[in-house]
Amino acid sequence: MLEKIRTFFATRDVLEVETPALSIAGSPAPHIESMAVPLADGTRYLHTSPEFPMKRLLASGSGDIYQICRVFRSGELGPRHNPEFTILEWYREGWSDRELLGEVEALVGDALAPHVDLAATDRLTYAEAFRRHAGLDPRHADVDACAAAAGRHDLELPEPVRKDDWLDLLMSTVVAPAFPPDRLTAILEYPASQAALARIRPDADGTPVAARFEVFLGEAELANGFHELTDAAEQRRRFQNELDLRAGSGGRPIPVDERFLAALEAGLPDCAGVALGLDRLVMIAAGETDLARVLAFPWGRA
Amino acid sequence: MATVNTSSFRPGLKIILDGDPCNILESEFMKPGKGQAVVRVKIRNLITGKVNEKTFRSGDSVEAADVFEKDMQYLYSDGSFWHFMDPDSYEQHAADAVAMAGAAPWIKEEDHCSVTLWNGNPLIVTPPNHVTLRVAETDPGVRGDTATGGTKPCTLETGAVVQVPLFIEQGEIIRVDTRTGDYIGRIR
Repeated sequence: MLEKIRTFFATRDVLEVETPALSIAGSPAPHIESMAVPLADGTRYLHTSPEFPMKRLLASGSGDIYQICRVFRSGELGPRHNPEFTILEWYREGWSDRELLGEVEALVGDALAPHVDLAATDRLTYAEAFRRHAGLDPRHADVDACAAAAGRHDLELPEPVRKDDWLDLLMSTVVAPAFPPDRLTAILEYPASQAALARIRPDADGTPVAARFEVFLGEAELANGFHELTDAAEQRRRFQNELDLRAGSGGRPIPVDERFLAALEAGLPDCAGVALGLDRLVMIAAGETDLARVLAFPWGRA
Repeated sequence: MATVNTSSFRPGLKIILDGDPCNILESEFMKPGKGQAVVRVKIRNLITGKVNEKTFRSGDSVEAADVFEKDMQYLYSDGSFWHFMDPDSYEQHAADAVAMAGAAPWIKEEDHCSVTLWNGNPLIVTPPNHVTLRVAETDPGVRGDTATGGTKPCTLETGAVVQVPLFIEQGEIIRVDTRTGDYIGRIR
């Protein structure tokens, strides 16, 4: 499969790069825990994604790039999660998120053939998916409406719960499991509050949404893509927001990547980027439902 | 009060939920992309026997239930309680009729059972999967009587009533599956 992927990018003139797995900075994303490595010259963090250094490369004129590497997310273990896993991440200058989605579909179809035949991809917005499967419009529903929707499916969470917490819960337990298992489902236009490093723009009805998409195969989340945010001030603001959320829920503070922010200030070209879980792709190609079955040594035996 | 984190959840782990000891049957970690991770568990309430689903935030801690199973030997019953002895400590435990519901029909003195203790008290007593018991009373089977499907009821030495093949006679020893109450075979 790696060979297929490398050929895919070679024919499209996308350069393979390698960036460091360790950095003095981490990711402030509230639900992602970076693994800390205490060293004589200070603590470094294992990357949860190669995003920051890859964007630094883009800012210095690398052109389209891709990377296949191990990333590390503490505390994520389950049938589709291993704290150490392999990500395929790539960036296309001048592309929109929708164009990149098309390339993701092509790559997945390529990588899975001949093991798995996929029906045509279902593309729908986050709002449509929630309306269809959870009976609510996430753009207009308030926290209580979300809690009620969750309650209808016998789901509950201990307080305090934010609207996004309900949406996440509904997504993983109600909406995603409803996706057809024989094809890709692409969810576009994530809520603006879940934009992470994506731009925000108005949807067809004028509601601000994130230029962010995710690709699922059945209920397994395969890829997460963005039309990347290039505004350094906005990115710094979002980082601060995330740090505040971390602090608020008793999370460990994480040093922000100033070198990355400096690259944004110097100028990140307009681009779209996507990260894909390669182990999950292999799992699907092998017809398995547990990641441990396709890892040489899963977390419990490493 | 010991606590256990969701990252340690696995089938067979006993936790306290709403005051009742519960057994985790299944546990699944779910996390949407960069979102909140949750752990969904299917649990059996060990007091009511009901199976429920519950969602926890990943990383939350719950109270661990002081529940564990111990092999014990059945001594005798005084009508209200069934008395067992822990062969390692020689301690005796008394199980009430509720705890004995699945075991009372099948055990004789000196039989070994798995006793689930909660805070030191017998919660559920589980008999061995198969037991051998003597037929205390049954009508003689009439060959060719297939109107009842080729089986007849018999009362075992413990008082339990089981359907057996027509050729089984009073005084014979048979093997029974305690989980289903079915006749398995005859012991010669």
